Amino acid sequence: MSTVIYAMYDDDHVLLNGAKKVVSKGIHVTDVFSPFPVHGIDDVIGVRKTRLAICAFIYGLTGMSLALIGMRYFMIVDWPMNIGGKPNFSMLQNLPAFIPITFEFTVFCTAHGMALTYMLRNKTLPGMKAKNPDPRTTDDKFVMEIHVEESKEAELIALLKETGAIEINKKAA
Amino acid sequence: MHHVESQIREPLILGNKTYHQITEDVCRPVEGKANKMWYMVFSISALLALWGLGCICYTVGVGIGVWGLNKTVDWAWDITNFVWWVGIGHAGTLISAVLLLFRQRWRMAINRSAEAMTIFAVIMAALFPLLHMGRIWLAYWVLPLPNQFGSLWVNFNSPLLWDVFAISTYFSVSLVFWYIGLIPDFATIRDRAVKPLSKKVYSILSFGWTGSAKHWNRFEEVSLVLAGLATPLVFSVHSIVSMDFATSVIPGWHTTIFPPYFVAGAVFSGFAMVLTLMLVMRKVLHLEAYVTVKHVEYMNIIIMVTGSMVGVAYLSELFISWYSGVEYEGYAFMNRATGWYWWSYMLMMTCNVVSPQLMWVKKWRRNIVLTFFMSIVVNVGMWFERFVIIVTSIHRDYVPSSWNLFHPTFVDIGLFLGTIGIFFVLFLLYSRVFPVLALNEVKTILRSTGEAQLKQIHAGEHPTVLDSKGAGH
Repeated sequence: MSTVIYAMYDDDHVLLNGAKKVVSKGIHVTDVFSPFPVHGIDDVIGVRKTRLAICAFIYGLTGMSLALIGMRYFMIVDWPMNIGGKPNFSMLQNLPAFIPITFEFTVFCTAHGMALTYMLRNKTLPGMKAKNPDPRTTDDKFVMEIHVEESKEAELIALLKETGAIEINKKAA
Repeated sequence: MHHVESQIREPLILGNKTYHQITEDVCRPVEGKANKMWYMVFSISALLALWGLGCICYTVGVGIGVWGLNKTVDWAWDITNFVWWVGIGHAGTLISAVLLLFRQRWRMAINRSAEAMTIFAVIMAALFPLLHMGRIWLAYWVLPLPNQFGSLWVNFNSPLLWDVFAISTYFSVSLVFWYIGLIPDFATIRDRAVKPLSKKVYSILSFGWTGSAKHWNRFEEVSLVLAGLATPLVFSVHSIVSMDFATSVIPGWHTTIFPPYFVAGAVFSGFAMVLTLMLVMRKVLHLEAYVTVKHVEYMNIIIMVTGSMVGVAYLSELFISWYSGVEYEGYAFMNRATGWYWWSYMLMMTCNVVSPQLMWVKKWRRNIVLTFFMSIVVNVGMWFERFVIIVTSIHRDYVPSSWNLFHPTFVDIGLFLGTIGIFFVLFLLYSRVFPVLALNEVKTILRSTGEAQLKQIHAGEHPTVLDSKGAGH
């Protein structure tokens, strides 16, 4: 039987130092809930760097290719037209005129692809239920979540109090 | 852990603020009731908006013959208003993206409202080309869709089509950027809400945001990458708008300096509109501690710099028109400065080039009343800049028999004032239901830029962010 301990702090620096202390004792901090990003916490509690930027790059490449393939088909292959004497005999000659839309469409696909991935990975979508343990964590409180065996509970609570936690709550896991 | 801060740097958050106090200050307008002043301004804007909507319906119903356009001046107020609004819509993303990349912490107090302004301004801008199409219900023809006309495609060589892509990308990306920043702040309002209805609404709006470490980790990455994308996007959009003119062979339009010159002008007018709105908002919503005189000063410096860039562009245009030896160019600029529309040229020069020079004086750029007045002067000037570029270049055609002047009809005037009305209606509604300041982002700079915290840092103490009743750590 294990329980979930929620240790609440009222200062981000105190929480960060607390997390360092807890982790140095070999205890795994499952998560931290805060009103704003606490810089440095990711390395301490072992949150890996997000790979969203890699996704963004792939979406960008896709957008760029789609734009170039599309414009080649519309303007060179399917219905070439002489517009104001602008060269349209080959993709290479017509390319300068295609740069602006290629750029815009690349940005369009990258930004929206990344935003959608971000929402899906975060599980933040319209109608989703919030799972923060305490409503005050979106105001001015910082909460550390730790899963612990029942036998080690008292020891952990003592440690957390020592690091400056102002409130400690328990929940059955 | 000890943060070192220069002694001379002014605080960005005034007073003895705590994290909780920031939440209170920003949520108060959303949770409270609107005051009389708000209802008064809202009613005036709504009346203007109604007039505008009436004129829109009239234009769509009868056709654009009701505008003042004629055979010679076939582009006038519609495109002037379009470029003016798009220009205004440049400050928001510039503030949130470019200033994020440059790590300018003062952006946090103004980025939310500047982005809201951007989005509303771009909506107003998009209205004009749509209406100018005449048959607005065929607006989807600008998209490269498979069709029944022998698979005739849109012209990808045309800057007008580039504009379609630029504006729609800019609008949708700005909207997404804005909303991603809003989600954590909506969550704050959700977690404080007392009334069941507002709890429900803000629960939906906040998408179930929890603020876990992984959420914030991704949030920062997305913000950074979106800022990196939005920065060239901002510059590309107005460059492309300028190419609507620059790639044509009309004297006065056919110049290579248009893209940077338009971008500088856009930033110039955008910041002016941000100031107009923020100076009123900080007063009405009591946010003087967050949008400080220092913020106003920073924005005035940007206005001065971009105004001077625009001035250099005007003068080089003038010089090159003479130096090139091209008669048509020379005449176009002579006619701008001394022809029938000399007064609008003078207005443009005074408002955009001369008046921003006042901001060299520190005392003046920190003066709220003068800044408010100046912000309106700048936007009047920028409207006339577009009017001068567009109308004076085409009202003297190559054949003197087709020379003509432009006279706006009541529909032209109604559409322009109407969009100002709709814009203010949207902004006023926004200021009632949205967190007008990126409150959770502002909290991240409290410890290093708060007035009380800076005092502690300078006294060699560890800055605290707690209420006086909380134990100091």
